[in-house]
Amino acid sequence: MMKAPLSPGAVCYNLGHISRIPRGEGRTYRLRDRLVAVFRSRSEELFATQADCPHRGGPLADGIIGDGTVICPLHAFKFNLRTGTPLGNSCPSLRTYPVRLDADGNILITVDD
Amino acid sequence: MTRKQRLVVIGNGMGGARLVEEIVSRPGGEHYEITVLGAEPYGNYNRILLSGVLAGTYCPEQIFLHPLAWYEQHDVRLCAGQAATRLDWQSHRVQIADGSWEPYDRLVIATGSSPCLPLLLNLVREDGQLIEGAFTFRTLDDCQAILAHSSHARRAAIIGGGLLGLEAASGLVKRGLEVHLIHRAPHLLNLQLDAAGSAVLARLVSEQGVQLHLSKETVAVLGEDRLYGLRFSDGSELACDLCIIATGTRPNTDLSQAAGLAVRRGIVIDDDLACSVPDVFALGECAEHRGQTYGLVAPVWEQARILAERLTDSASQKQYTGSAISTRLKVSGLDLTVMGDKEPASSTDEIVTYAEPTRGIYKKLIVREGRLQGAILLGDLPGSMPAARLVQLFLRGDPLPTNRAELLFPCHAGSKQALSVAELPDDAQICNCNGVSKGAILAAVRAGKRSLQALCEATRAATGCGSCKSQVQELLVLACEGEVAEDPAVHYYVPAIPLTKPELVRVIKERKLRSVSAVFQALADGREDPTSKAGLASLLKTIWGKDYQDERDARFINDRVHANIQKDGTFSVVPRIYGGVTTPEQLRRIADVAEKYRVPLVKITGGQRIDLVGVRKEQLPAIWKDLGMPSGHAYTKAFRTCKTCLGSDFCRYGLGDSTALGIKIERRYQGIEMPHKVKLATAGCPRNCSEATTKDLGAVAIEGGRWEIYVGGAAGSRVRKGDLLCTVATHEEVLLYMGRFMQYYRENAKYQERSYDFVERVGIEHLRRVLVEDAEGICERLDREIQAAVDAYVDPWQREAEQPVTPTQFSQALEAVPVPLGASE
Repeated sequence: MMKAPLSPGAVCYNLGHISRIPRGEGRTYRLRDRLVAVFRSRSEELFATQADCPHRGGPLADGIIGDGTVICPLHAFKFNLRTGTPLGNSCPSLRTYPVRLDADGNILITVDD
Repeated sequence: MTRKQRLVVIGNGMGGARLVEEIVSRPGGEHYEITVLGAEPYGNYNRILLSGVLAGTYCPEQIFLHPLAWYEQHDVRLCAGQAATRLDWQSHRVQIADGSWEPYDRLVIATGSSPCLPLLLNLVREDGQLIEGAFTFRTLDDCQAILAHSSHARRAAIIGGGLLGLEAASGLVKRGLEVHLIHRAPHLLNLQLDAAGSAVLARLVSEQGVQLHLSKETVAVLGEDRLYGLRFSDGSELACDLCIIATGTRPNTDLSQAAGLAVRRGIVIDDDLACSVPDVFALGECAEHRGQTYGLVAPVWEQARILAERLTDSASQKQYTGSAISTRLKVSGLDLTVMGDKEPASSTDEIVTYAEPTRGIYKKLIVREGRLQGAILLGDLPGSMPAARLVQLFLRGDPLPTNRAELLFPCHAGSKQALSVAELPDDAQICNCNGVSKGAILAAVRAGKRSLQALCEATRAATGCGSCKSQVQELLVLACEGEVAEDPAVHYYVPAIPLTKPELVRVIKERKLRSVSAVFQALADGREDPTSKAGLASLLKTIWGKDYQDERDARFINDRVHANIQKDGTFSVVPRIYGGVTTPEQLRRIADVAEKYRVPLVKITGGQRIDLVGVRKEQLPAIWKDLGMPSGHAYTKAFRTCKTCLGSDFCRYGLGDSTALGIKIERRYQGIEMPHKVKLATAGCPRNCSEATTKDLGAVAIEGGRWEIYVGGAAGSRVRKGDLLCTVATHEEVLLYMGRFMQYYRENAKYQERSYDFVERVGIEHLRRVLVEDAEGICERLDREIQAAVDAYVDPWQREAEQPVTPTQFSQALEAVPVPLGASE
């Protein structure tokens, strides 16, 4: 399979095995000094976004997800998980990160350092 | 190919954003590369509806006209939160707050206006901010700051009795505050109304609960760090803990003035909306046209339309010649429309008036040369000519009927219809904000827009101030001949599945759907709508009890970790203290836990329990184990608590043992899932110290050893006394009827419908018939079902403290390790 080469300054992190995220939920991960939210949909798609809601800093990984959307647990602001685009609110878009599984089922995420 | 023209718009409010929208939707708009500089950190919202947000009729998300994504879609660069600081028109560039320069070919200034602050002692602190507790009311941030503050404020003072002040006062009354309105002039709305009209209005406003202080000049704010009152020029004072300044606005002209543009009260513009220097235009509240500045949306949007046409079509000769204005006060229950002059200008002007102050009716027309020159229309005379029709006659300068009475009173010529919106001509303007005619609305209905929402979206009618919505609705009904498409989604139990609750319950039972994902598979093509998950989870648990197939991802976070999430992502822990009765040993354990885990806040709750606030997610299982107490369920839609008074053992007034009863109730029904939270109380006598009559369910002991059972009480954002369901003799009967009510509520209430809304919806008589007289023969079944729910109850804390459902259930943040380049392949 072709893989895009890492761009300069990009760092790849191993977030451990996929089983750490139950199906349909999200978890927050600490990448050195940055927090990201990683979501595993019930249809086994992976998404990664910034960890905190741009509205009031709610922990997005604690939100309910479904149909490619996350709902922030604090004030129910919604965002598209693929693009980070706000849905029905005027917050800035979420940062999103490329995320995938390796052959052993470990989650790999790439972020610009 | 020539390069695109750079168009910079300073201001992203009602004027600037509308101009951009008009430009991108017109042919010729593609020749511009548009940059919008907005001082506020948002997309564009409808400022007119802020008073609706304050009153709670709109939530902030509903008033956005253009979210940030809209700008992206239309290739408009929006610099939100970036005010322009300097204009250099000689070299065609604008400086932004961050210091950078933005070049332009054409510039539009739409900087709007700012609140005028009166000179009050102590109002402004040394750092230039208003003293805590005082607010202006101009922006969404202002509005949200007021709302945040109002939740713990009791008495509000509004300074300024103009349109904005009245709307703010009405909004805060609806929020349950004691509201005082202070106005310097002797009459409310003195710019728009004459003295007699003001007097009628004052009476109506007072009836709504606003306390008026007219001819009262505020001179000082009391308080050093925080406002606690106001002082007036007559030496009197008023205590208050919230103050809104609504004393008018002034155009924002600083930038233009500094750049050397012609500025009087506003930035001077010509009929082509151009300023006094080349390639610079202005519109909206900051602009002054023929000596007139405008503070209403209709003229601003008219200016935007004309300027957009001129900018996109170089051949256009369209001129702006000024606007005749009419306005409506947006206060619910108050119908006031004003236009034009309020007093005659000469002895040849006719005045037509009709007043009925006790009914809140005041009508005054100024007629000049047979045409309407001004009007004050307060209150509703059924059957009379609608205000919209008079606005029409005024705006178009149409000749009036010679029998002036026809303007105010119903005609008896057998034509009741003749006076309704139905008889307006097709070119009559219905939406004065957006200039939408009756004909345009009817055409949209004929083109298939058969629900109010679809119609408003298609025509933009009623999307400004919204006050014409009822007329749009009337036209819709008229044009559809009764075939109005009601939006059926309002009746669905959850948005993703087009079924009402009874229909959904039937299908779920028939097809034995036991998990949320099974429901989505069967009824929503597998599409897992996140807004529908928690409601389905609640319903399935109620239907299936022990046989429910739990999927944790369908639960709200509180129900995944059995604690209540706080604004900083920490949680609160409330152990169950049955009936509010505790022991030294329990208190000691709670104290030990609070110290051991350094819990930031220990709080006694309103439900007679103890809240440990600010706990991190990963601390939860250990805290539960150390507490050794069951969950108090203070985080979920379920039976929460039963508050009790002292009862008969110690209290010298006690008639019944409310403490023992409360403990029994709480032990039996603890944690059972409901459509919304349910809070109870028992009172040992009618003095009602535990406030049982304003709980979802309450029992009150009365003389003769009997208990009254109340249902549907509330003492939250709404206050409602519960309805008496029945009076019984024993604790066991109280338990029985309460359980029966709970099961009926579980089966029949909508998701998130509180008991008090449910009781009002179905009616107490109906409940008595079904639950006490057993008119439907279902009582035995209800009793059995609630017993099954009681039997299925397991304390989630003790279950999951030792054995988390998944290894990372309580992880606040998981660690990651960097992967060396290439190692991941």
